[in-house]
Parts: sequence; C-alpha cells; structure tokens
Amino acid sequence: MATDNGIGVVEAQRARFDAPFALASGGALPGFELVYETYGKLNAAKNNAILICHALSGHHHVAGYYADDSKNVGWWDNMIGPGRAIDTNRFFVVGLNNLGGCHGSTGPASINPATGRVWGADFPVVTVTDWVNSQALLADHLGIAQWAATAGGSLGGMQAMQWTMQFPERVRHALVIAAAPNLTAENIAFNEVARQAILTDPEYKAGRRPVTGLRLARMLGHITYLSDDQMAEKFGRKRRPGSDSYGFGVEFEIESYLNYQGDKFAEWFDADTYLRMTKALDYFDPAAETDGNLRAALMRAKAKFLVVSFSTDWRFSPERSREIVDALVHNGQDVAYAEIKSVHGHDSFLMPDAHYHAIMRAYLDGVRL
Amino acid sequence: MTETELAKVALGRPDFDVIAGWVQPGERVLDLGCDDGSLLRGLIEARGVLGWGIEIEDGKVLAAIRNGVNVIQGNLEAGLADFEDGAFHHVILSQTLQAMRHTETIVNEMLRVGREAVVSFPNFGYWKHRQAILNGHMPVSESLPHQWYNSPNVRFFTIADFDDFCAERGILVRERKVFDGGREITEEHNFLGSTAVYRLGRAR
Repeated sequence: MATDNGIGVVEAQRARFDAPFALASGGALPGFELVYETYGKLNAAKNNAILICHALSGHHHVAGYYADDSKNVGWWDNMIGPGRAIDTNRFFVVGLNNLGGCHGSTGPASINPATGRVWGADFPVVTVTDWVNSQALLADHLGIAQWAATAGGSLGGMQAMQWTMQFPERVRHALVIAAAPNLTAENIAFNEVARQAILTDPEYKAGRRPVTGLRLARMLGHITYLSDDQMAEKFGRKRRPGSDSYGFGVEFEIESYLNYQGDKFAEWFDADTYLRMTKALDYFDPAAETDGNLRAALMRAKAKFLVVSFSTDWRFSPERSREIVDALVHNGQDVAYAEIKSVHGHDSFLMPDAHYHAIMRAYLDGVRL
Repeated sequence: MTETELAKVALGRPDFDVIAGWVQPGERVLDLGCDDGSLLRGLIEARGVLGWGIEIEDGKVLAAIRNGVNVIQGNLEAGLADFEDGAFHHVILSQTLQAMRHTETIVNEMLRVGREAVVSFPNFGYWKHRQAILNGHMPVSESLPHQWYNSPNVRFFTIADFDDFCAERGILVRERKVFDGGREITEEHNFLGSTAVYRLGRAR
C-alpha cells in the first residue's frame, strides 16, 4: 500500500566488489555483488548516513515501493520516510540484501565463477562478522567513512551491534532492537529443527526446491515470532467455516494461517539462504572472542546505543537486551533502553506502534550532524 | 570552601543544587526514578558526570531520551540486581523514596551499588503539614502536592523518622540539607523544613 507521506518510488541499485573476500569460515569468495537501496540524500559532510540491517528473511527493499509494483512496499516503510521516525529529510538511509541472501546479492542462487554453475548448497556459510565486513565495503563504495547510526531488529540488531565492535571508528550510534548478545540454546534448537526440515526433505537431497521443508521451517519460525496472547486474540480456537472435523485437514484458524504463511514463504525463499541465515544467528556471539565476557567485547565500541525490547518477545526477550544494556553501563558507555509494551511478540519490531516510533524518533533527534 | 560552594551551580531547584554540589566531575552517577532526566541532564552539563537514570513510566522514558540522557527503563521495586557493588560513585533517589514500598531494600541497594547514596524526600513533619493534620485534614502543600486519594506516596515519614531509620541500620548521614521552598533551613529541621536531602554512606 502506497502511503501519503512515505518515501515513494524507489529503485534498487547494485555494487560489485572484485577483490577476493575472506570469510570467517576460512574460505573466501572471489568477489561478490550487493544489491541495495538508498533513501534521502547524503549531506556534504557525509555524516548523516544510517545503515539498516535486515533480519532472517529481510532484504534491501526497506522502504518505499517500485514504480512497476506499487504493492511491493519495503519491510520497514512505517519507520522510514520523510517525517517518519527515521526521517529521510534528515538522514541518508541505506538498506542492503546481505551476502548469501536470495534477493539479488551474491548468494546460493548465484553462479560460482569457478564452476560456471549455481552455487547452491556449496555456497559458503557466512557470519554476522562477514556481513559487517561486506557492509563496510558498501560504505566505502558510497563514500561513507562513518555511519551516523547502524540500526536493525533481531538478526539486524545483532549486525548493528557488531558494527560498533568491529569498526568502532565507523559508527556513532547503534540502534539495537529486539536483539540479544547471542542465541540461547532454546533459540538454536528452534533453528536446528527448521534446518532439519529443509535438510531432510528428499527434494533438497535431490538438488531440487524443498517446498515441504521450507514450509515447515517457516511455520515453526512463525510460531516463535508471535506471542501466545496475540495468537489467542487473533485466532483463539476459532475454526474455518465448513471445515471437516475428525480429520487432518486444515480446521482451526491458526492452522490455516500457518499453512498460508508456509506456502507463501516456500514460493520464493531460497532454502540454502535460509540455512545460512539461521547459522549466522547461531554463530553470533561477540563475547566468544573475550572468553564469554560481553563487557570486554563491548568495551571496544565508541558508539552510543539505543537498545529496545518488547514485552511479549520470548524469542529475544527483554532480559537478553538488558544483558547488553548492563554491560554497557558497567563499562561507562552511553546507552538508553526502552522496553515497549506490545502484544506482537518478536514481530513487534516491525509494527507501527506510536510509542516505539516516538522512542526511535526522540533518540535520532539527538544524533548530531 | 565547601564542595557545595565550589560547585556554584543553579539547576533551578534547591535539592538539585545541593546534589550538584555533592557530585564531582567525571563521577559515575545513577539516578533512580529519573523522571524526564532533568537532574541528570543538569549534573552532566554543570558537573560533567557520567550519568544513567532508571525510570519505569513510558512517557518519562521518552522525555528522558528527548533530554538526551542515558535512561534505562526498569522497575526500582525489583531492586538493582543488574548492577555490581560499588559500580557508581553516587546513587540518587530524588523525591521518590516516599512512593516506594520496599524502602529498606532500595536504601540498602543504593548503598551497595553506590559509594554514597543521595536521598531527598518531602518532610511530613513540616509545620504546615502538622497544622493540616491538627485541622483534621491530610496535608497538601508545595512539597506534598497530591490529595490523599490520588497521591503516589505510600510511605509517610518525617526527618526525625528517617534519622532513626539510618541510625538503627548503621547508615552514616554524611550531610543533610533541609529547605522550606527555596530557602535553606538551619534550625528546627523537622519542624521548619518541607524538603530534606541526605548524603548517606556506610562505615568502611
């Protein structure tokens, strides 16, 4: 839906990086491409750029819509635009599709130049640190020496935070939303079930699109992104009109919803990308380099932080955000923290909640240009 | 010259000015129930402290972020377990103690995570408050602006009560300033003072 005062028509762009790119896994890519979008104008001082990092299934189309597809609105359009919380009248906003993604950046669906064939399952596993390195190359390409802010929710928040530790001089503020310093065992467990759904699908083993596996992975993931309260409110025990009882067809509304979400996702998402995105989540653990000490890891950061969590987010709970906040306070670093009351679980970070957006806007108003 | 005189700051409220005189540049300060962050902002600008505030209400958290201070949304009644012993030079509780249920817990926690605690509160023993009671009404004044039915206050105590509270728990009163409106009171504190500010510590 095109909105009154949104950014309007946007266009994707593409950047190519020809130098070999070393990866955390030990391997390397012989160069790569990133697809990205920008909104607003880079100012003369080049100090007003905000990087938006995407989560598991996100991409570069963060705001606005395409001239030939006005229904394809960016995934964070409610947050970004002229006069919106991330105000494109003031900031130059950059969104990209991460390396290994399936929306146009180099990934499993790209051609491996060494073989002339599609990478597929041979595409290397990439990590949050790899992404941040690749995003730094994109920043160089755009002439951005230092981000005014890095921002993102969930896995995107992890990247926003990783930036402050990996390139302390290149980021002044980090907006870390619905994130965590690492995944809990429970979280990794959910990811592993999702991966197994794909990996054990006979179609995947045969080198074809594992529609069943992708559906199951998404259905499981989707359950964890919502809250119990919200599901009760939205679906409760409601049944589909005219559905058969005492069988195994879709009967309850929640079943219908999950099946629909699974079908939609399996149509377009790349299974090898899904496997890699979940692995990047599992591996993210900046404190691992400092013997598990998050404070020591964050000590490198020079940025100021806004940390935001949501009351019903059980996948990335407020307590996990507090770990980040407490480490920063312990270190004497600047941080503001808001816990937003929301019924939408982990997905809350994508919702147009007035207080949440006011917090984002208030924080960004304090970013000096 | 005392530290208070040295500071020579004016944050617009006598209790704030006293607190500003008690903190030193570069200190780490934690302000509990920091409201819109005005005190912290004043201490940062006038005294160059490193400050963080804790606030539970959404609107106040937003106001504090607008004020550009390090506000952390959280519940004081749950204690300060997230912070280490001695993490701060000063932990401040400004005009909030009377509105908290777990009085003893919060004072102990302040003295655990802070080297000194600064507490300010309205004095229920102020003569106008006593007069109101004698006249048969709960006191309503500049320092106690609420009616009995909409007051956030849950603990009703005087300067004399708080002195006893500290003495019984081995808490050192390092300094105490008492005010009636903007005027400092130098005698008969518990009768003439509407607001008190304490600087507390533990015997080391």
